[in-house]
Amino acid sequence: MDIIPLSALNKSHRQLIGGKGYALGQLISLGYNVPPGFCVTTLVYDQFLDQTGLRDLITLELNRKNMGEMRWEEIWDTALRIRNLFLRMPFPANLKEVFKAHCDHYFQTDSVVVRSSACDEDSAGSSFAGLHESYVNLRGFDAIIKHIQLVWASLWSDRALLYRRELGLEVEYSAMAVIVQRLVLSDVSGIAFSRNPNNPEQTIIEAVHGLNQGLVDGSIEPDRWLLNRSTGNLLKHIPVERTRYMVCTDNGITLAPLPPDKAKTAPLNAEQVNQLFQLAYNLEQQFDLPQDIEWTLSNNQLFILQSRPVTAKKANSAEDKRGWYLSLTRSFDNLQQLHHVIVNELLPAMASEAKRLDDYDLDQLSDHELAIEIDKRRIIYQHWHDVYWDEFIPFAHGVRLFGEFYNDSLNPSDPAEFILLLNSSDMISVKRNQQLAELAVEVKQNPELKAALERQDYFAAVCEPFIQQLDAFLKEFSGLAWGTEICFSDQSKTIKHILQLASKALVEKDKVTDQKNQQMQDHFLSHFQGEQLKFALQLLELARVSYKIRDDDNIYLGRIESQVIKATELAKNRLAAKGDPDSQLRNANELIALLSNPGQVPKTKHKKRKNKQPSGKLKARQIIGQPAVAGLSSGIARVVLTSDDLFDFKAGEILVCTAIDPNMTFVVPLAAAIVECRGGMLIHGAIIAREYGIPCVTGIPLATSRISTGDKVTVDGYLGIVTLDK
Amino acid sequence: MFRTMIYKRAINLKEEQELFLTIHNLLSEQKLGALATHSQGEPWASLIAFAASDNLDSIYFATPKTTRKYSNLLNDPRCSLLIDNRENLASDFSNSIAVTATGVIKELDKSEKSAALQLFLNKHPYLETFTQSPTCAFICLQVNRYNLVRRFQEVMEYHPGL
Repeated sequence: MDIIPLSALNKSHRQLIGGKGYALGQLISLGYNVPPGFCVTTLVYDQFLDQTGLRDLITLELNRKNMGEMRWEEIWDTALRIRNLFLRMPFPANLKEVFKAHCDHYFQTDSVVVRSSACDEDSAGSSFAGLHESYVNLRGFDAIIKHIQLVWASLWSDRALLYRRELGLEVEYSAMAVIVQRLVLSDVSGIAFSRNPNNPEQTIIEAVHGLNQGLVDGSIEPDRWLLNRSTGNLLKHIPVERTRYMVCTDNGITLAPLPPDKAKTAPLNAEQVNQLFQLAYNLEQQFDLPQDIEWTLSNNQLFILQSRPVTAKKANSAEDKRGWYLSLTRSFDNLQQLHHVIVNELLPAMASEAKRLDDYDLDQLSDHELAIEIDKRRIIYQHWHDVYWDEFIPFAHGVRLFGEFYNDSLNPSDPAEFILLLNSSDMISVKRNQQLAELAVEVKQNPELKAALERQDYFAAVCEPFIQQLDAFLKEFSGLAWGTEICFSDQSKTIKHILQLASKALVEKDKVTDQKNQQMQDHFLSHFQGEQLKFALQLLELARVSYKIRDDDNIYLGRIESQVIKATELAKNRLAAKGDPDSQLRNANELIALLSNPGQVPKTKHKKRKNKQPSGKLKARQIIGQPAVAGLSSGIARVVLTSDDLFDFKAGEILVCTAIDPNMTFVVPLAAAIVECRGGMLIHGAIIAREYGIPCVTGIPLATSRISTGDKVTVDGYLGIVTLDK
Repeated sequence: MFRTMIYKRAINLKEEQELFLTIHNLLSEQKLGALATHSQGEPWASLIAFAASDNLDSIYFATPKTTRKYSNLLNDPRCSLLIDNRENLASDFSNSIAVTATGVIKELDKSEKSAALQLFLNKHPYLETFTQSPTCAFICLQVNRYNLVRRFQEVMEYHPGL
């Protein structure tokens, strides 16, 4: 019962073999051609979990935090940690023996496909297909075993966790069956819908050259045939430009350029289209529901890979961002295309937009014109904000893809180890921080200069070269916004910050980090050879670019945002000069209205910025978050909510904030520890804290209200605990 | 007279053995207990995961070093631990049993803790990462006395190692 040949699957196994396994068993019993193999039942999954103790570990992981409070990045972290647990868990010897016997019997050295078969994933009522993993072209017992573990882990993938409630995912009851089948070397593959979900009168057939993974993951556009569902008559063939196809490599699959003769030819001829229509029709009759079929042709032999009921996609409401989250999972190929667009088109366009706005002389505008300009700038900012969500954030998936590849290849005990390989010294925020550090070193080494700066005697002769450098620095970095304020617009605040930096020893960090990073990179690459080495390097490069852009795009967006702020600040000053006592508190809409209608009497309805006020009755004593960077530190908390808080930051304080964005990372070197509301191992705060080796706990949503500036705080970055002293 | 003494002794031994087994079973079955400490007379109770040695003379637990219970124990190593099997039902008054272990704690260093830690992790394998943290202390409660309460108010005392 633990492992059952596909040809022996029947109704009595239903609860143990998942939706896909059940459908394959039925297809075989109806006489259809299905690649041979076996089903690893959910009993084996349960045994694996119970024998290794994984069930309890998954329970702990899932209950660290209320899933409803997690951001998608935190859900990804959870899924990655669970994935690592599965990968690192030694396979119990008794189970291994059973597998070995089956693998030897069925496949010897043949290539296989390892596919998920979760319970209910393919049933008529649900539309969760594709949440779990499948792996194509694996050879040898060890590879099969490892990928069975990965398929099991995908029961808890980030995508599955997003739909945890709908899927009814519970550690106690949920289990995953796995299908292991011989790989069919496809000439042509595709899908068929016996009934078009968008038009009940039609049947759809889609086909590509090569394996069907390219079609299923969306990286290859298929040829499409629409047929009359009643007669089978062809209504329309929609050909595409065929450029690539999915082929097998030594140990996996890849997209390759399509040979010219294939590129010219449609994947299916009329007879084959008709054969597939008949297949779809028959399956719908036999299963009594419209079917969604995956098929493949090899040497003119038709194989069915899967058949499941057609499900209508559930529409996401505007608040339900899960559809967007799911779209974040991109293939390597897709990411490379996105990279091209971002680097060559979007970033330069953002930079020139920011420059154009900066060069524009706002002072010459009348009040009315200024109001129009503010509105224009808001629209421009909104446009780039949308681009940021639609293009830049998905590109960040390059880092995730690399993280999974790194963990699969090196099996590290720390699933976030790969992050240290991402650092790139040419990031804008890193350059800015380095320049600040250099200025601080200069102050540190020159007591006379330090003394002059401390007494604010900036015109002293000893300060002259320093002030010149500082002006150059401010010119380069002054256009960076954080929140609603522009950082580095004030010389004396910046000097205050540099004096703080100078009170700490920071000089050697970069060299040590560089050496360590190089060693890590060498260690990583030593695991590969030949084609694999090439791929590993490409993926590392993609991840670095993805991380760098993820950092820089914030800065570019910050520059555009600062241009909106620049215009609104000017408006506030003009209104203040005209006697509006509330000008500094007004939002953009009010500013526009008041500038456009000078006669309008300003209302004074503004609320002041809400100060966080602990109720006095409720006091957090110990708060749990995610341990992002190991280490233990105690100190006085500074809750950073405004730009002023940033510049008030003293060396040795504990930085408590909503989220560290690249525009504010310059305070990080001063911090003894970091506590962040936002969670996720790839957030800026966590990454930069890791670089500086500063203990960091993330993912405490109420950190900025539960902790107050001045509290004595102990941050345990090993366990993710923040303790507030009495 | 002599026969009566022997008889009594035999009954005592039997009772002692039965008591030992009752406590042993309870401590094996239960994963959590309530630890009582104090700071300058201010009481403090904490729920902890524990494991007991086979002869019941030691109970092991782990705690982050940043916690109040840890700082209390640093100031005064005396503490007690309540372990029970109540089910939050009326029948608990007659059916459930509770044991209070009283003694003195000692934080185990690396060289002392390997066997004890293994014992603890056999019972709580999911706490491995937690116990590996440098900020986590691994503690042995050297038990002087167990008080067993059952059948509503019957209280028996057991001294391990005597």
